[in-house]
Amino acid sequence: MTKTPRQPFPFSAIVGQEDMKTAMILTAIDPGIGGVLVFGDRGTGKSTAVRALAALLPPIEAVEGCPVNAPRRDLSPDWAQGVGDRMVTKPTPVVDLPLGVTEDRVVGALDIERALTRGEKAFEPGLLARANRGYLYIDEVNLLEDHIVDLLLDVAQSGENVVEREGLSIRHAARFVLVGSGNPEEGELRPQLLDRFGLSVEVTSPRDIATRVEVIKRRDAYENAYDRFMKTWAPMDAGLRNQILAARAALPKLKTPAAVLHDCAALCLALGSDGLRGELTLLRAARALAAFEGETSVKRAHLKRVAPMALSHRLRRDPLDEAGSGARVERSLAEVLP
Amino acid sequence: MGWGGVSQGNASNSGPPPPSSIHRGEARRGADPAAQTSEAELTAWKRVELALMALAVDPGGLKGLWLRARAGPVRDRATAALAALPLPQRRLHPGIGDEALFGGLDLTATLAAGRPVRSEGLLAQPAALVLTMAERCPAGLAARLGQALDGPGPCLIALDEGAETEEALPPALADRLALFLTLDGIAEADAPPLALDQKALAVARDRLPRLRVPATVGERLTGVALALGIPGLRAPLLALRLARVLAALRGHAGVRREDVLTAAELAFAHRARTFPEVVPEAPAPPPPDSGTEEEQSDSLDLPEELILEAVKAALPADLLDRLTTARAARALKGGTGAGEARAGHKRGRPLPSRPGKPDANHRLDLIATLRAAAPWQAVRQRALSAPGLTAQPAPPSPPGGEGRGEGEAAARRLHIRPSDLRIRRHQERSERVLIFVVDASGSAALARLAEAKGAVELLLARAYARRDHVALIAFRGPGAELILPPTRSLVQTKRRLSGLPGGGGTPLAAALRLAGETALRARSRGLTPVLALLTDGRANIALDGAAGRERAEADAAAMARGWRATGAASVVIDTASRPEAGLRRLAQTLGGVYLPLPRADAARLSTALEAALGPVQAG
Repeated sequence: MTKTPRQPFPFSAIVGQEDMKTAMILTAIDPGIGGVLVFGDRGTGKSTAVRALAALLPPIEAVEGCPVNAPRRDLSPDWAQGVGDRMVTKPTPVVDLPLGVTEDRVVGALDIERALTRGEKAFEPGLLARANRGYLYIDEVNLLEDHIVDLLLDVAQSGENVVEREGLSIRHAARFVLVGSGNPEEGELRPQLLDRFGLSVEVTSPRDIATRVEVIKRRDAYENAYDRFMKTWAPMDAGLRNQILAARAALPKLKTPAAVLHDCAALCLALGSDGLRGELTLLRAARALAAFEGETSVKRAHLKRVAPMALSHRLRRDPLDEAGSGARVERSLAEVLP
Repeated sequence: MGWGGVSQGNASNSGPPPPSSIHRGEARRGADPAAQTSEAELTAWKRVELALMALAVDPGGLKGLWLRARAGPVRDRATAALAALPLPQRRLHPGIGDEALFGGLDLTATLAAGRPVRSEGLLAQPAALVLTMAERCPAGLAARLGQALDGPGPCLIALDEGAETEEALPPALADRLALFLTLDGIAEADAPPLALDQKALAVARDRLPRLRVPATVGERLTGVALALGIPGLRAPLLALRLARVLAALRGHAGVRREDVLTAAELAFAHRARTFPEVVPEAPAPPPPDSGTEEEQSDSLDLPEELILEAVKAALPADLLDRLTTARAARALKGGTGAGEARAGHKRGRPLPSRPGKPDANHRLDLIATLRAAAPWQAVRQRALSAPGLTAQPAPPSPPGGEGRGEGEAAARRLHIRPSDLRIRRHQERSERVLIFVVDASGSAALARLAEAKGAVELLLARAYARRDHVALIAFRGPGAELILPPTRSLVQTKRRLSGLPGGGGTPLAAALRLAGETALRARSRGLTPVLALLTDGRANIALDGAAGRERAEADAAAMARGWRATGAASVVIDTASRPEAGLRRLAQTLGGVYLPLPRADAARLSTALEAALGPVQAG
């Protein structure tokens, strides 16, 4: 049963689910967008997409042995040990946050191993340190313990993890893209956490036979004719990676016309979304999309395409509105930005 | 449960099945006589054997087996056959922790050895994980095992002993396992010990990669899954895999129709969400695809209807019941939200430990204490070994210098001072569950019912805002029904509420009894129950279902006293057009608040309820 380690299922080979894929690509272009929430049925490829994304992301340059993947030697925290002077290239970290994880494992704690054996008081970095400059993935995010959620909210907001416990006083950078997935039937997500995700998409199982069959076919090919399958799709993934890199480079030079800014504000006003975070995310996502498509300036069309994923989860929620907030965004879009 | 009828009928496995069990078999035969191979006549135990063999051939691909049966000799025989799996078996229990799963620092061994000793987790090596009492598996463990199953290697055998339909393997796991078996209705005598032929398994394993799979198989299986209302795409994938394995087991060169039929039966029957009344049209011809051409040559002629018939024959007889309870179970499992993992003692979330002395009210946090003491061990040992410094008292260890052997033992001992002691702290936070008991009887005619629904919806919106749990009970005709067990999912509540039919008598007593039971269960999970009764009339159906106002009211009053005895809060909302004196009395008996709201609009109702229940929230 043991096989040679395989690449995860290629990102570009995922059938359909365009919203989810777009959202993930946008965060890869501009991590400042702040994460993706994927809500939907079981077995719709949520986890597959996240694992595929990990393989797709361009590698990062980091200080060798640095626990927080610092980009420069002087940014490496002073408590860190075994940090080299060389720079190494490593894959963008995608860290899994398992459910039922302890606070210690998330934020880090006293390194009990070193304390026991050498009598030293040392800090053992947690998952937040490892996820710095990368992705933090929470499967079944709506089942996460409340106190872990609180922790994440705080860190995701400040971009810094502060540990004050057991006589330790440690702080380190913890900037990561939060990716959550879950099944809405199993419970709701607290609005505060919802708001921390830049984009949110809903995925459903494809209802038409042809798409479903295509999914089955590709998955079957991946499992049973791995080499041939990867030969087809690996170049596609590589192409997508180059496109992401190109978009990253193009992003700072992208022009944002005043009219688009105005559209942003008008749309958010019409929807009554709380705070300015929605507008900022909307703009960033639209810029990332424009860059991805090789445009030189943001257009209204970009805005319209990212508006549902950037705004639908920020609306003051009407829990009994069956149509869902996605429909409300669409409605407002049609009214405000004809 | 599903195949009970069949198994009892022709368990003897010889000759045609006796008349009593024929009708299901006939349905299959009627559809297509050609499908009547020996496989179509699988007895329940043969089915078990076949499933186990399939699992033994490809445990990593099929991901595992959900075995729903009470412990007993029959189950023992089934699990004994798992020895044929090419993987070592590891047993898990629902309370297993991360250390055991993923490995970690072995504290005891580390302390003894004086150097870090790591323990290896159960998931480190590919293994056949046997999860006992799988119905009690918490959501967190299910998610972790699910992630492990997504990778290559492990397979899971979930031994589900759920007694009631709402106790079952978490759906996150059930979805990932290809096979489902139930041993209900299999007598011990009909279940001879299984000896899986290792040689045959090895041959099948060897043949597996070279099997030819007609392109249509995937399409057919996908179509059937859709017709059965199976939402995700794991089911058809697993069925496809299973069809391959079965073909390999049966020595076919490619997947044949009987392989597909059996695979669909084994993998789909328990997942079905709708009973396929209408057989779907044959699907459109598959889109042209490079690579399928050569496979088309041995394409098999297998209409979707045929597979559907096969699965239908294997569908559990109580599918409709299961449909509702399975969803209810889901609500029960996940709906309680984050805190459910500690269901037994849901008395608030743990806070970081604080220094302090353990006593009756404060429990020692051993790990935190060890952590606090750990950094000082070297220092304290040095202090001990230096004779001049023994002035500082070290309670557990004798003063140094009493001979070299003892001194060394003392040095190896853990030195814990009172200042190291840490105590556990929890933040008390009892959550509330609003139990809505909605009158759907004939007297609450349709318009009123609609109004009641509106009121409940408004209250739900408030409940959402305060993160309350919600349960829904409706009563009409002969009895009351728990439409939705406590959940936080508003989407579900809303859906369930809108599907609520009306008409019939007013079995108030039965409704109150059910509410009481629900409250009791909620209490055991640390929730505070609150009753909201919406009705417009007096009871006229007694507990035993007999009509008659007097006995019905007596029963209702008795049940109301029972509720009052629990000390839980309640509100009676009178939705009749004129205030009903009986309901006021009922509210008094319940020890609750009475709100006459003739022509109530939902907003007023909400305000009134808010006012009435306000103190509960604070408490």
